[in-house]
Amino acid sequence: MKQQRLKWITLIFALGAIMMLGACKKKVAPPPPPPPPPPAAPTASLTASPDTIQKGQSTTLTWQTSNATDVSIDGIGAVQAIGSQQVTPADSTTYHLTAKGPGGTQDATARVTVTAPPPPPPPPPSATEEELFARNVKDIYFDYDKYDIRGDQQSALQGDIDFLRQHPNISFTIEGHCDERGSTEYNLALGDNRANSVKSALVQGGVSAGNIKTISYGKEKPLCTESNEQCWQTNRRGHFVYGK
Amino acid sequence: MKWFSALFLLFLLLAPTFGQQDWIRTGTGLGVEKVRLAVPDFKPSNQDPRNADLLKVFNDTLWNDLDNAGIFDMVSKSFMPTDTPANPSDVRFDAWNTAPVNASMLAFGNLGTSGNALTVQGWLYDVKNVTSPQVLGKQYQDAATADAARITAHKFADEIIFRLGGGIPGVAESSIYFVSSRSGHKEIWAMDYDGANQRQLTHLGSISLSPRISPDGSRLAFSSLAKGGWDILMYSLDLNRLVSFPRFGGTNLSPAWSPDGTRLAFSSSRTGDSEIYVTDSSGGNLKRLTAFKGPDVSPVWNRKTGSQISWVSGRTGLPQIYTMEADGTNDQRMTDEGYAVSPSWSPNGQFLVFSWIRHYGPGAPGAQDIYIMDIASKQWVQLTHDGGRNDFPCWSPDGRHIIFQSSRSGGEQIWTMLADGSNQKQLTFTGSNTQPNWSWK
Repeated sequence: MKQQRLKWITLIFALGAIMMLGACKKKVAPPPPPPPPPPAAPTASLTASPDTIQKGQSTTLTWQTSNATDVSIDGIGAVQAIGSQQVTPADSTTYHLTAKGPGGTQDATARVTVTAPPPPPPPPPSATEEELFARNVKDIYFDYDKYDIRGDQQSALQGDIDFLRQHPNISFTIEGHCDERGSTEYNLALGDNRANSVKSALVQGGVSAGNIKTISYGKEKPLCTESNEQCWQTNRRGHFVYGK
Repeated sequence: MKWFSALFLLFLLLAPTFGQQDWIRTGTGLGVEKVRLAVPDFKPSNQDPRNADLLKVFNDTLWNDLDNAGIFDMVSKSFMPTDTPANPSDVRFDAWNTAPVNASMLAFGNLGTSGNALTVQGWLYDVKNVTSPQVLGKQYQDAATADAARITAHKFADEIIFRLGGGIPGVAESSIYFVSSRSGHKEIWAMDYDGANQRQLTHLGSISLSPRISPDGSRLAFSSLAKGGWDILMYSLDLNRLVSFPRFGGTNLSPAWSPDGTRLAFSSSRTGDSEIYVTDSSGGNLKRLTAFKGPDVSPVWNRKTGSQISWVSGRTGLPQIYTMEADGTNDQRMTDEGYAVSPSWSPNGQFLVFSWIRHYGPGAPGAQDIYIMDIASKQWVQLTHDGGRNDFPCWSPDGRHIIFQSSRSGGEQIWTMLADGSNQKQLTFTGSNTQPNWSWK
């Protein structure tokens, strides 16, 4: 019994001595200053978001560098160490970033793919052509009882010729119309002369005769039904209609 | 001397008027002197209750036909004695051949309905010839309908007109073909000469114009707008439908029958400029007659000889009336000014009737009137003076009447008149009615 109690006391002393020893040693020796670190190598990253665009759209380049004193991107020039910029490349491009610092040089690249835009959904081609026809082809107006094309109609006629030569596939009808005065039968013959007069001028200007149909309405289908000179002039015309 | 000068001056002033009236009345068979004719109402010959309605139709039609004929001085009904005759034995000559009636001729008779039959007896008496008065005695039988009563009256009227009008058949049984828009489209219609019995012939739903009836009355040529343009179409009045006729291309207008019915003249722009062409009646043997730049349209044959054609040409600007031989030679200009269109040849070959705006241009009054011209002398007379646009005159087969279209009452309507311009009457009233064409008999 006496021996067991002695063992315990020895252990406690020993522990106490160890603890005291450690404490005394720390106070006595302060840590030495760290050695100067070697210069760090630069780091760099470059991303493009989104990395696929349609022609004409733009994308954002974002870059991050460290340990660099001189950062540049090809095609853009010198840039800040950290930044972003919008770019609108015309074609697919690989952007190249160079980061230089005391610790060396680091590159980063980002690829932007430019795709062609999808063609706009084509409307039915005939409708477009018909609209163009309606917008560009002007009626030719005539003097009373006349079927020769007068001077002030020459520019309208030339415009018609230009358009119709650019669109050689368009077939069309020239309607000859007259004002309400005069006789039914004579006006139908006169309207026929008017339509044919416009046709001859177009053919002379290089428009294909095979695309042209003529028809006379005389005074049967007036555009304007009042009895005054303004209305009569409106009706005395070679009227263009798409299709034949 | 003074008195003589005044008389001479008066004569000078009046002479042109009398002269004008004379050459028209002589040339058109209207006659300078009119026969004084009494036409008392026909009477019922039995007690059938339908007689009253049919007599009304018959009496109105007979009076109207004789009054329209242009060769009678009609005795007003208010001058007539109260006891009018139904039979020859009833005629009291002194009541008719003395004042105030003072008639030369008396038309009278009776009408009776029995079962489904209508019987009409009619007489024409020369009341100045008491011993042998009867000029005409006729009996007609037909169905007991208003239409039959009307047709019977036309027949009896034409008999009287034939006897008293120099042997020229009357027009009471003739027809008019015309264009009407009353269905919503311009279609070809027909009616009796007096405007009765109007009926639609074509149902094309397009624009149909210029109806021209063949001399035998069996076919109707006209111009119609189809998909490809204006074509000459042919309608059979025997079959009541279109029959085939060739398409020539271009704008084809204003057909005209030769008086023997074997050829058609019309305007075609098949080569790019309208010209007058002739074909045979089936459309074969196409031959061009004119070669003038500008509109050439509205041909019409000399109705008596068939050897000349009159038409409208715009070769000098405003349209003028021309004539040429039927082979295209010897063209002559007839009108010298203004805007002259729509010629029609008189049955005796002597006259043209046409529509003329004589003084055309800015500020000119610009009335469009009907004129007739003596072809040999180119002397002309104006027949309408009542305003509006007057166009498409056409002679009646007896030469005494002219039918035409006029806007004087508002819209375009068909009017008739005597060939001296008198007795103008409107025949159509519904829709727009134009381009009348009178049958050849």
